[in-house]
Amino acid sequence: MSLRIATMTVWRVLNQLRRDRRTVALLLIMPSVLMTLLRYVFDGSPMVFDHIGVTLLGIFPFIVMFLVTSVAMLRERTSGTLERLLTTPISKLDLLVGYGTAFALVAAVQTLLTCATTLWLLDLHVCGNLSFVIGISVADAVLGAALGLLVSAFAATEFQAVQFMPAIVLPQLLLCGLFAPRDSMASWLDAASSLMPLSYVVEALSEVARHAEATAILWRDLGIVVGLIGVCLVLAAVTLRRKTP
Amino acid sequence: MEAAAIAVKNLVVTRGGRRVLHQLNVDIPRGHITGLLGPSGCGKTTLMRCVVGVQRVESGTVTVLGDAAGSAALRRRVGYVTQSPSVYADLSVADNLSYFASLFGASKQRVRKTMSDVELSDSANQLVSQLSGGQRTRVSLACALISEPELLVLDEPTVGLDPVLRAQLWQQFHELADSGVTVLLSSHVMDEATHCHRLLLMRDGSFVADDTPDALLSQTATLDLESAFLALVSDRTDSQEA
Repeated sequence: MSLRIATMTVWRVLNQLRRDRRTVALLLIMPSVLMTLLRYVFDGSPMVFDHIGVTLLGIFPFIVMFLVTSVAMLRERTSGTLERLLTTPISKLDLLVGYGTAFALVAAVQTLLTCATTLWLLDLHVCGNLSFVIGISVADAVLGAALGLLVSAFAATEFQAVQFMPAIVLPQLLLCGLFAPRDSMASWLDAASSLMPLSYVVEALSEVARHAEATAILWRDLGIVVGLIGVCLVLAAVTLRRKTP
Repeated sequence: MEAAAIAVKNLVVTRGGRRVLHQLNVDIPRGHITGLLGPSGCGKTTLMRCVVGVQRVESGTVTVLGDAAGSAALRRRVGYVTQSPSVYADLSVADNLSYFASLFGASKQRVRKTMSDVELSDSANQLVSQLSGGQRTRVSLACALISEPELLVLDEPTVGLDPVLRAQLWQQFHELADSGVTVLLSSHVMDEATHCHRLLLMRDGSFVADDTPDALLSQTATLDLESAFLALVSDRTDSQEA
């Protein structure tokens, strides 16, 4: 792995994104707009907004980064640039880390904007330290990006890539504890949700929401999320083949 | 004699259950322009993919500049230009070149030099998506030239270019070959073949001929390479039927 090549790849991916102003605007502004919408949906019950709002701070970046990264990587595959890159000295990990880091930076800016809107303008109440909310959201956005990189290997077209959103993200959304506490679900669903990355993000965020100090569960969940990022990147590297049929 | 730039031995490739290359054997000399000619679908691109090491091979070997095709050591020494320009359409010409330069650790000066070599200096800041087809082809070529490769593999590099530009590119290929670079390029247009030092004629995944353009003309007693190709193909068909 080469730090120089990975850094240049980050720069190149960000440069491509920068040219697409509409995507940048949607990426940065939409989560804040949706949060504002949610705040007034629960106008009469701020307690509910506190609970759902903090969970969504983790869910939005995950979904958005999953989608954007899987399509971006698919473009790299279908435009022939991936095949070409793999005949140059770039390593697979340089490429994946480059993509992951570029979208992590975008996710960090998006998360900061969303957190700022939600915590200060919309008065979302959180017991714990705000830096944990931001940290977890960024980790979870990177997880979304890493999962997107992996999943793009299984999509031949952009249509298919977009369809992976309902197939891979929506089940996690239903089972992560947002709609009902996980321990009140059918036991097999609870078991399934404990295999899903998003469950740990949501659990970690609700720990921050309810406790002033960082809890053991929070640290464990954060560790799991970081570990899963690594697993997704390694699996994505395995799916990148220099030689194809 | 110096070892061949590319040595292909008993190469067999099957794609989607269909045999695309049948037991190919060939040695391609260094410092020459070798043209791979034949109708589309005859296996030219597959053979080139084998040379750059991105094609899964069923059996046989491809040795490039002394190493197995696709080995890590070759990634700095071989430049590959695919048939459709594989560059980033949403980046400028300069950004594309700088990115590919960074993969090889090439200098900014090298980027400027390569850009002027393919006459794109005036469009440096234009997005590739706004360029004409011919300009895109040249951006793609420039991205391969930037690393100063010893072997340049070009898949249909002159398709759809205007005659002036085509002549310029051929001149450039000859300059590269004179400086010791081995050039392997494909074309389905026989006119192009006269510019090559050596020709490999392909049909249905096999070689029909391997010679210099002049030798092919005298051997078949024809005046142009298109007729030579037809003569060679009909000879083969006759001998197979006999």
